[in-house]
Amino acid sequence: MLKAIVTVMLKKGIFDPQGRAVQNGLESIGFDSITGVRVGKQLEINLSITDRDAADKAVHEMCDKMLANPVVESYSFNILEA
Amino acid sequence: MNWGVLLFPGSNCAEDCFHVIDQVLEKPVKYLWHKDTDLGDVDAIIIPGGFSYGDHLRPGAIAHLSPAMTAVKKFAEAGGLVIGICNGFQILTESRMLPGSLLQNRGLKFLCQDQTLRVDNADTPFTSDFDEGEVFVCPIAHNEGNYYADPETIVEMEENGQILFRYASPEGEVSDDTNPNGSVNSIAGIINRAGNVVGMMPHPERSSDHVLGLSEGKKVFTSMLKHLEATHS
Repeated sequence: MLKAIVTVMLKKGIFDPQGRAVQNGLESIGFDSITGVRVGKQLEINLSITDRDAADKAVHEMCDKMLANPVVESYSFNILEA
Repeated sequence: MNWGVLLFPGSNCAEDCFHVIDQVLEKPVKYLWHKDTDLGDVDAIIIPGGFSYGDHLRPGAIAHLSPAMTAVKKFAEAGGLVIGICNGFQILTESRMLPGSLLQNRGLKFLCQDQTLRVDNADTPFTSDFDEGEVFVCPIAHNEGNYYADPETIVEMEENGQILFRYASPEGEVSDDTNPNGSVNSIAGIINRAGNVVGMMPHPERSSDHVLGLSEGKKVFTSMLKHLEATHS
């Protein structure tokens, strides 16, 4: 059994107001070494597939069709043993 | 002239849209269900606002994959008039029927307020009852209304007159001060290249009945009606 850990982030260059708010919050409690924060999403997807190549293909398709919006988001993922 | 209002689980502006067609325009209107694969005999489709599928993942991300949206795409490809309002706009960008995407408001707040809009293209089936440059008040109510498209797409849309509405001052001035959510070029509403699919974040259905105090939004629907009557006669 395999599991995919998918990360979806706003593309570079697109302003992330949530990341900015988190950065402001961290700075307000004294963390002065931050040069940027971006907030994304992580999804854990349990698969009934056992073949890694098939899992890779399926997760790519999931990301392209629904999990990420290519207009504003990029994605990456790792396939792990569940 | 049959109108259809498309319902998803979580749509919450459908009754307002239905009311405008039924009671203000006094035209036949029916609800369409997100599982419908056949939309039946409709001449125009309204995709209303709300929180389709709870806005999970991204607003419109799950809704745009529903069976009815496949039918809506076919309807639009055949030239049918489609307007998406608020969440409906988000669904249309997710389905790529309209360019760009709607990001979280730059101020991170859900905005629920009256907003002044300027009409930038009055030569479309959705805006013909407005004058070019006309300013009117229309409510907004959204968390993800910050319109984004890459710079090349924006240039193309501007050149093609695809920007229908912009957030503006009561005098019709467009500036960052009158931009509530951070939208590129203060964009509040757009039309596709073919000229038959519109998306807008403001709610014309909430400003279409004089008892609500605002009625200029009605011109969106009366424009559509005129177009339908002219093309179906």
